Amino acid sequence: MNLILSYAVVGLVLGCLYALTASGLVVTYTTSGIFNFAHGAIGMFMAFTYWQLAVGWHLPVPLALALVVLVLAPLSGALIERLIVRPLYGASLGITLVVTLGLLLLLLGLADAIWPPVTTRQLPSVFPGQIRVFGVVVTVYELMVLVVSVAIGLRILFTRTRVGITMRAVVDDRDLTARAGASPVRTAQLSWALGASLAALAGILIAPLQYLDQFNLTLLVVTGYAAAVVGRLRSLPLTVAGALLLGLVQSYATGYLPTSLLSDIGPAIPMGLLFIALLVRRQERLAAARLSGRRSRRVLELKPSLALAGAFIVFSLVMSELLSPGNLLTYGQGIVLGVVMLSLVLLTGYGGQVSLCQMSLAGLGAFCMGKIAGGHSILGLAAAVALPAAIGGLLALVVLRLRGIYLALATLAFAYSMDYLFFNHFLGFGGILAVGRVLVQSQRGFLVEVSVLFAALGVGVLALRRGPFGRRLAALNDSEAACASIGMNITAVKVIVFVVAAGIAGLGGALYGGWQGQVGPDDFQMLTSLILLLLVTLGGIDTVGGAFAAAIFYAFSPVIQRHIPISNFQLLAVGAGAIFLGRNPGGFAGQLTMVADRLRSRPSPVVGQEAPVPAEASTGTTITSGVEAVSLVGSH
Amino acid sequence: MSVVTESLSTPEERLAAIPAIELMDLRVGYGRVEVLHDVTLVVPRGSVVALMGPNGAGKTTLLNVAAGLLRPTEGCVHVSGIHVNGVAPEVFARAGVCSIPEGRGVFPNLTVRENLRVFSHASSHSVGQIEAVAFEHFPKLAERRNQLAGTLSGGERQMLSMCRAFTSEPVILLLDEISMGLAPIIVGELYEKVGQLAASGIAILLVEQFAAAALGVADYAAIMRQGRIETIGQPADVVGSLSEAYLGRMSA
Repeated sequence: MNLILSYAVVGLVLGCLYALTASGLVVTYTTSGIFNFAHGAIGMFMAFTYWQLAVGWHLPVPLALALVVLVLAPLSGALIERLIVRPLYGASLGITLVVTLGLLLLLLGLADAIWPPVTTRQLPSVFPGQIRVFGVVVTVYELMVLVVSVAIGLRILFTRTRVGITMRAVVDDRDLTARAGASPVRTAQLSWALGASLAALAGILIAPLQYLDQFNLTLLVVTGYAAAVVGRLRSLPLTVAGALLLGLVQSYATGYLPTSLLSDIGPAIPMGLLFIALLVRRQERLAAARLSGRRSRRVLELKPSLALAGAFIVFSLVMSELLSPGNLLTYGQGIVLGVVMLSLVLLTGYGGQVSLCQMSLAGLGAFCMGKIAGGHSILGLAAAVALPAAIGGLLALVVLRLRGIYLALATLAFAYSMDYLFFNHFLGFGGILAVGRVLVQSQRGFLVEVSVLFAALGVGVLALRRGPFGRRLAALNDSEAACASIGMNITAVKVIVFVVAAGIAGLGGALYGGWQGQVGPDDFQMLTSLILLLLVTLGGIDTVGGAFAAAIFYAFSPVIQRHIPISNFQLLAVGAGAIFLGRNPGGFAGQLTMVADRLRSRPSPVVGQEAPVPAEASTGTTITSGVEAVSLVGSH
Repeated sequence: MSVVTESLSTPEERLAAIPAIELMDLRVGYGRVEVLHDVTLVVPRGSVVALMGPNGAGKTTLLNVAAGLLRPTEGCVHVSGIHVNGVAPEVFARAGVCSIPEGRGVFPNLTVRENLRVFSHASSHSVGQIEAVAFEHFPKLAERRNQLAGTLSGGERQMLSMCRAFTSEPVILLLDEISMGLAPIIVGELYEKVGQLAASGIAILLVEQFAAAALGVADYAAIMRQGRIETIGQPADVVGSLSEAYLGRMSA
């Protein structure tokens, strides 16, 4: 048998599977305007449901397949639209991102709880003997027919039928669709049902490639995103072409790369392709920002922030005496992670640059700390800041053109590649790396040290936000188009904020290593970055207090876990929290401030009169207010 | 305020006397800010009412209430005498309210034909008939039938959005500033079409800054200011108070 040909066949099979998952993603995106990060998780969940029906309960394969793809998946898609997505229409991109990521975590946690990973499960392929990736495949023919007919069917639906055209119309203009007499709500629900159905089909067909595993299956479906990006999230033919290319590249890499290299970079290939596909995308036009009515919070002044920092250090001092060694460990872990989250406050909260790779940068920091000069020198700490900062700057330059969803995907691809290329194999820890401490060695002493560092960084981040750079950052968050039109150097601002945030994350990673004593590849996985981002968002991503609250919750959730019977408490709580609270951009801290503001500015009870907005609050709460906007122009 | 009605004898006459749309005692707010204060406006069947006034008077808000996109906090909306408060905008559309928003009445990422396809939701005609009617009224669109609506010129886009008025046979047509950003010659053409629609018996409520164009086709004119209807009457009678509404009174 011709080897080249058989690899081509294998590649086409893979490509077809990617095409299925990617087209499902494109369908939901083009018909509801929301990028569904949970698409892979829905496919995973449905594959498990299929396993339950077909293997667990011995239903005939065709019946189980029909039940999942045609009934359960569309129903859950419609339900997800009704409960989770519908309140999101018109919401900012950050909110839709957080909510769909929350759904991803929730589904992961649920699947893990329902089907505990203690037993190995193998899904029978739908077409017997077909998806054997390393053997020559004969019945690939049927799979190709299926994928091609799905693609053609979708194309006909979207260009020839009224319901399909109306789905696209809803994305263009919801109100106008209603004016024309079609219900945008029903239409969007239908498209989510369709998307979930395609996700289920892809999940069931992909699953037999390996043992059923919640996380890997979710990620396997995510690799299809690269194809969707090739199709610019809109074009189905381009998406299918991209998927086939992706499958072929992966197959030939498997066939012709030396085994040693392959085991290192193999799993990272799809994500690498996603990264490349993102970079070669045509530049989108700068769109004027949507007015969301969002008001940024008042930034704490220097004096109160110093006072709070002092109070926090005193609190930590007291805690270091009071807490048991076990709880002390947890508390300290929260604080060092809080340092990593501070980098998200700066980057995502103030600057609006979504990053799903902060933990990877933190891991780099821990690596530097552990490797340089015996693991506990100030030199290592300096390197732990410098190297991640340099990588962060490099990353910023590479992804400079990307915004919103594309930026999030690029950082996701970066984090995933780092998992495989760095942390797991190549230069990585190779198991476990011992990381030492600087200055103080005792447990209680080091806790005080990291508390002081966290407090100082918190004060510093706030000071940065109050200064001219912070104003530029907030302006960038408001509208890139407006920034460009007043001649602001967007590139410089973006690179600087990435560098500073990466440096903070690296420092956090070094402290994390020092606190734990050692780090392994599992400490800095992409999934942790996701959880951290969602947690900070829940806490209030534009506040230092939000980062602190999030860090403490993260650290203590294993403790809570020990006392409740539900497994995966952390995943479920963060996922559910993100879904239901993520709509409020201020997070928990935002709620508190809103309540406080309402109490403070309670109007005198004059009937029928508008509550006067206090002058002080109105100048402080929004970037578009005269004072800040003028100083933005003036400082240039 | 209300429009003159003659004494009615036959049931047909009585039926014809039911106004196309009645906006009764409306109060509308965005959040805590009330922008329409107790507005009442009735458009009789087959008549054209021009709504004029300075920016921020509440004209577009009133049209959005009439289209079902905004719910009034108080008051009610009747279409052909039927109470339609609180129903979804698509139900308004199917009940015979055809609303064409200012400047963006088309789906930019859909082709001309696909736009017409979506317009067919509020129409009883087949797609073929709709295309025939649209291309008969606007032959220019036929040349561009497979082009994305977003790539059309401003005038062509406005023509495409006006197609909805011809194909859905509405009871009442709501037009918001169809002249916005267009050359005078095209505005003239569009108003010819508005005249045709009016002649075919469709009631029209139109918002317009070009007073001359609007008053040319209007049976009645209403002037809004600061969320209230200040004057209503025959165009000739209203013209005098028009400049006052825009520019303020002469005496202090």
